[in-house]
Amino acid sequence: MHELAVTEKILDIVVKHARMNRVNKIRSITLKIGEMSDIENEWIQHYFDYLSKNTVAEGTVLKIEKTPIVLKCNQCQRTIEISKAKLGEVVCPGCSGRKDFSIVSGREYFIKEMEAE
Amino acid sequence: MDAIKLIEVKEDILADNDAAARELRLKLKSQNTLLINLMASPGAGKTSLLLQTIGELKNAFRMAVIEADIDSTVDAEKIAATGIESIQLRTGGFCHLDVAMVKKGLEAIDTPSLDIIIIENVGNLVCPAEFDTGAEIDVMILSVPEGDDKPLKYPLMFSKCHALLVNKTDLMPYTDFNMALLHERVRKLNPDIHIFEISCKTGEGIIAWTDWLKQSVEDFVKN
Ligand SMILES: Nc1nc2c(ncn2[C@@H]2O[C@H](COP(=O)(O)OP(=O)(O)OP(=O)(O)O)[C@@H](O)[C@H]2O)c(=O)[nH]1
Ligand SMILES: [Mg+2]
Ligand SMILES: [Zn+2]
Repeated sequence: MHELAVTEKILDIVVKHARMNRVNKIRSITLKIGEMSDIENEWIQHYFDYLSKNTVAEGTVLKIEKTPIVLKCNQCQRTIEISKAKLGEVVCPGCSGRKDFSIVSGREYFIKEMEAE
Repeated sequence: MDAIKLIEVKEDILADNDAAARELRLKLKSQNTLLINLMASPGAGKTSLLLQTIGELKNAFRMAVIEADIDSTVDAEKIAATGIESIQLRTGGFCHLDVAMVKKGLEAIDTPSLDIIIIENVGNLVCPAEFDTGAEIDVMILSVPEGDDKPLKYPLMFSKCHALLVNKTDLMPYTDFNMALLHERVRKLNPDIHIFEISCKTGEGIIAWTDWLKQSVEDFVKN
């Protein structure tokens, strides 16, 4: 739902990197976004198209890699990859524990790389 | 023709906000002001809880409220009627608060040496979960009519909060809300969370919550 705020940040960061690397046009940007966030790929691209007009990032394609949700069972230390839909029903395959998990990954918002010329 | 270059960016999109949040937390710590971020769906009872909380604590602590409700002053006026200073942030259509907005609110507060400042965040269980506000304590309300399945739909919110207030317990007889199942679902996401069952209408459970808050202020000042 806050794709607009996230998109503004992405644009700031890539424009800065374009300047640092003295490139004139960004072709694509690869983002790593955790499965747990509710970001909609389509909307990010929409907002990006709108915000990036007349910048080095105009017309850039956003490639979004989703990073999986990984939990760690705090009883037996096993890590478990899980879908968002199953989060509330996790049972540890190691110790059958149902209660005590911490989040290892799945919350990230990361700009990995970009192609530019 | 220019060659295509691959540039490694490797930047966290939320890094600026996270850094600003850390800085704000340190500053507030040095002033012994406890900042609390209150989140919930529209209508879950944020303002009602603020009114109850202020009623219980305003003689013991110096308090203020930052209201983030979308361009109306309804909530801010209700708070102001208690004699507690309340700042209305103009969030427009924004779906969450970030540190920059919270700082604007803090700057606008006139009352000196506050013990507790509570932010009523924008009504929504998605976006506020992802943006650090600089608050020391994150609290959420889930109201009974919303259903016991919300931890399944908004796991991030439930996993990041220090306390969950289950409000409108007076409506339990009229719904199929399963309190035990809710506790189980929430604990799975967040084993350390403090859960309070409350009704802002009858006042049930409010004291347990305000006692916890009092203790939190004492611990905060001590550490
Ligand atoms: N039955 C019942 N109603 C409640 C309770 N707490 C709040 N309400 C009612 O729920 C409605 C919404 O309460 P508010 O406190 O305005 O909720 P809010 O989360 O601040 O709402 P927004 O700021 O508009 O998102 C009001 O009509 C309250 O009177 C409760 O414990 N029981
Ligand atoms: Mg309100
Ligand atoms: Zn286990």
